[in-house]
Parts: sequence; C-alpha cells; structure tokens
Amino acid sequence: MDSEATPVKAEITLRVNGAEHRLDVDTRASLLDVLREDLGLTGSKKGCDHGQCGACTILVGGRRVNACLALAVAHDGAEIVTVEGLAEDGRLSPVQEAFIEHDGFQCGYCTPGQLCSATGMLDEAERGWPSAASEDLRVDPVLDDDEIRERMSGNLCRCGAYMGIVAAVREAAARREAAEA
Amino acid sequence: MRPFAYERATSAEDALRRHAEGAAYLGGGTNLVDLMRLGVELPSRLVDVTHLPYDQIQLDPNGGLLIGAAVSNSDLAADRTVREGHPVLAQAVLAGASGQIRNVATVGGNLLQRTRCSYFQDAAKPCNKRNPGSGCPAIEGEHHNLAILGHSEACVATHPSDMAVALAALDASVHVRGHAGERVVPIEDFYRLPGDAPERDTTLEPGDLVTAVEVPPLGMPSRYRKVRERASFAFALVSIAVALRVDGGVVRDVRLALGGVAHKPWRARRAEEALRGNPVTEEFFLRAAEAELEAAEPLRDNAYKVTLARNLIVRTLAELGEGT
Ligand SMILES: Cc1cc2nc3c(=O)[nH]c(=O)nc-3n(C[C@H](O)[C@H](O)[C@H](O)COP(=O)(O)OP(=O)(O)OC[C@H]3O[C@@H](n4cnc5c(N)ncnc54)[C@H](O)[C@@H]3O)c2cc1C
Ligand code: SF4
Ligand code: FES
Ligand code: FES
Repeated sequence: MDSEATPVKAEITLRVNGAEHRLDVDTRASLLDVLREDLGLTGSKKGCDHGQCGACTILVGGRRVNACLALAVAHDGAEIVTVEGLAEDGRLSPVQEAFIEHDGFQCGYCTPGQLCSATGMLDEAERGWPSAASEDLRVDPVLDDDEIRERMSGNLCRCGAYMGIVAAVREAAARREAAEA
Repeated sequence: MRPFAYERATSAEDALRRHAEGAAYLGGGTNLVDLMRLGVELPSRLVDVTHLPYDQIQLDPNGGLLIGAAVSNSDLAADRTVREGHPVLAQAVLAGASGQIRNVATVGGNLLQRTRCSYFQDAAKPCNKRNPGSGCPAIEGEHHNLAILGHSEACVATHPSDMAVALAALDASVHVRGHAGERVVPIEDFYRLPGDAPERDTTLEPGDLVTAVEVPPLGMPSRYRKVRERASFAFALVSIAVALRVDGGVVRDVRLALGGVAHKPWRARRAEEALRGNPVTEEFFLRAAEAELEAAEPLRDNAYKVTLARNLIVRTLAELGEGT
C-alpha cells in the first residue's frame, strides 16, 4: 500500500539471552524480525506471521509470547530469551534434552517454538495456572497428557510429531518435579 | 504495513488527547497488529495504553470484581478469586486463543477485538463493516461460521470474544473514560447489533478508553462450554456461559449467554424466563432452548448452529443441574 511513505524509526534497548543490544528499529518491525534480521538469531521461525502457529514463540520477561505479533518498539527494555538462550554453560536444558530423547520433532521447523513454549508453559503450571482442560479451577492442576496437549495447542507441527512432543514435555515436567523434591 | 509513530500514554487524559490527534489505542496488539499487517487497519499513530495503571484485579467485600483493562487474559484466568467466585469467566478466557496469545492480550483489547469474518479480514474484498456501503459478500458466500440471530441485510458477522460471553451472563459493565468524563456501560448496551451500521461493533464514541470491567458477585455454580472445529485453539462455532441456582429441584436463578451466534454476545433472556421457577429436567431445558432459538434466522450454510446451540444449552444446563 503506502510503500512510498517514509518509515518511522525508534531507538530501543533489548536484553536478549543475557546480552544488551541498542537498536534503531522501524516501528513496524516485530520482535521476530528484529531477532532474525538485526541480531542474526534465526532460531525463532516465521511460520504464519499471524499468531496462529507458534513457530516464533520466545520468552519475554519469562512469559511465552508470539514474537511475530509483538512490535519491537513496544518492548523497549524487555528481557528476552530465544531458543539460542535455553542452554546454560553449554548444557542443553531439560526440555531440550527430553525433545531429543523422545523424538519430539522431524523436520525441526516448529521445534524452537515448541521448546520455548514448553519452557514457559512449565513455569505457568508450576505457578498453578489452570487451562481449558482443568475440570475444577479451585485446585491446582496436575499436568497429565490432556493438560499438556491443551497447553501446547498454540504450537502447530506440520510433521505431526505430537506424540513425541507430549512425551518430551511429560518427561521434562517430571524431571523438574524430581529436581525440586 | 503503513509506517506509524509509536507513543506511550502517560495518563488517561494523555491517551485521550493523543487519540483526538489521530492515534489508535494499542493494547497487547494481538488483534490490531495482525489487522495492520493485513491492511485492514491503517493507523498512522499508535498510543500504547498497556502502561496505564489499569493492571490490577480488585475484589470488593461482597465478592464483586473490578478488573483493570490492562490485565492480561492469562492473569485474569489464573486469579484465585476469579477461579473461585466466577469460574465461568476464567473458563471462557482459557477457552480463547493460545497460552502465548493470552499472555499478551489485555482485557480491553479482548473486548474490542474485531470479527473474524474472512471478508472483513481480506482488504481486497467488499465488506460493510470495513468499508461501509461496499456490500456484504458473506450473505451469499462463505458464512458457515457466521450469525443465526440478530443479523441484518448489511452484516451477518459474529463477535469473536469468549470472555465477553461470560461477561454478558455475569451482568458485567464496562468502565469507560471519554471526552465527557467517566461512565459505566452495562455490557448489553456496550455491544450492538449490526442494523444498518455494522462498522460499529460497540456503542463507544471515538476516543473512549476502556479502563476496567466491573463484575457483580455471582454466588451460584457457573460454567463455560465451547464447540469449535478442533479441540483447542479455534474460535467458537457456538459457545455458552451459564450460571444456575437450583433449590428443591427447581430453578431459582439462571443466567445464560451464547457466543458465536450473533454480532454481540447473546444474552438468552427468553430461555432464562422459561427456566425460572421450573423443574430441573431435560424437558424444561429443551423448552427453554427452543423459546430462545425460535427467533433464529439461519443462513444457507449455518442452520447446524441452531441445533448445536440447542444441544449445548440442554447439555450444559444438565451438567450444572447435576452438581447441585
Ligand atoms: C490466532 C489467534 C486465535 C485467537 N483465538 C481466540 C479465541 O478463540 N477466542 C477469543 O476470544 N479470542 C481469540 N483471539 C483474539 C484475542 O483474544 C485478541 O486478539 C486479544 O484479546 C486482543 O487483545 P489485545 O490486548 O492484544 O488487543 P489489541 O490488538 O491491542 O487491540 C484490539 C482493539 O482494542 C482496542 N483497544 C485495546 N485496548 C483498549 C482500551 N483500553 N480502550 C479502548 N480500546 C482499546 C484497540 O485499539 C484495537 O482496536 C485469537 C487471536 C489470535 C491471533
Ligand atoms: S458479514 Fe459483516 S464483516 Fe462479514 S463481509 Fe458481511 S459486512 Fe463484512
Ligand atoms: S509465526 Fe508467529 S505464530 Fe506463526
Ligand atoms: S517437526 Fe516439522 S513442523 Fe514440527
């Protein structure tokens, strides 16, 4: 449409995987575009650019969000973790390890989003957040397979690796619980 | 996407002033940014209202709630007092979108999200809602997921929000800050039927800022049910919010609203009337459903919604009735 119109620029700061970046962004840029194009972090994928597939899922302030619908300019000062930042000191995170063990992927395109989503989701469950699969909202939900499927429904997998994904998330949840016990 | 300036509102007055100068309000952006990308919305200025101090849920001593417009959908659904006192509201919010989207979506933005009618979202097509006077291709075209109640020759779209359906059943009202000051609008007067002005989803005036949603105490069992084309992460074909108080096998109080059937959340007053004072039996549930759906005017491809709505009313009342 208005391709002639001059872009509007804004200066923002993002903390991505622990490193601070000062950036001059087009106000139209999504966090996804800034991560991929400006910072070269191409782990986060663009599947639909409409919030419908989850391939772009990242953690912002510890919460999982779709980077494709997030305007970068609205996130000045945000603390971001992408799939590149899940591993610590060269060690894969428990969620990443569980995806490998349980074949939680085939082509791998949806995987970065699945990993970030599962990481954020496990935190939500730990805080006692309910889901549409929770029968009684007064009690803290137990993460059974129905709960996992419902909570991960914002992440589509065209390869249909769902069996492995559910198994991986179940395992990561169990490990987390064991680590805390 | 058309270039735009981005600003953060520092107060309600500041937001209103910037809006008067041509800026559009930005909540979490999960609907607005999408519509801008599709070329449906073309604002040249955005004013971010998520940093205004409307991020709290307050519980009053009677059990009523005041929910700030900037509260995220996730935080609303996770709130213990909401889950305890108004489970239908938490369930409705949880039935919408995905975990990622709910983390970002605000209460104000959820109320004011636009229809998912496919013609509305396609800037190349005519659509009375997007471009008044251009026509409504949905009436002859793709409308299997559109309205069966209260539609007009100008528009047959449905309102997409799940949360708003629960709020309709809960007799909620919306706190609005406008150029003439503050006012409180009952949810039934907040949304409107399309009539000959489908470009207006609500009765809000230009610049009106939603600051909070007020929900009176409920004090009876409630539930939200949603039927969709897949088990999760899809908009409603038909949904229902019900609250039911039973005493001695008789309906003492009931609130019922339907989603996915009309241009606004559909408060089913006729069904409520048919239920009140009558026995909690399937026969009366069916009579109530039929009393409400008598007015239905399905389109060529969505008569199934009448059956779906009827069955959903009967089943959800039965489920709630059993527990009492
Ligand atoms: C893939 C997908 C699936 C979805 N599925 C569902 C579903 O199943 N059920 C459902 O209910 N919803 C669903 N949604 C919609 C989602 O709930 C909305 O996008 C979200 O609630 C909008 O909130 P927001 O804060 O992001 O609003 P924004 O996108 O920021 O704003 C939406 C509108 O509200 C206006 N606005 C925002 N805040 C205010 C305010 N305080 N005062 C006045 N105006 C304001 C904006 O100007 C804009 O017009 C889905 C969305 C996506 C992308
Ligand atoms: S139903 Fe309403 S929104 Fe859809 S094309 Fe017709 S006028 Fe537009
Ligand atoms: S690319 Fe963001 S949800 Fe599909
Ligand atoms: S592994 Fe291929 S899309 Fe999920």
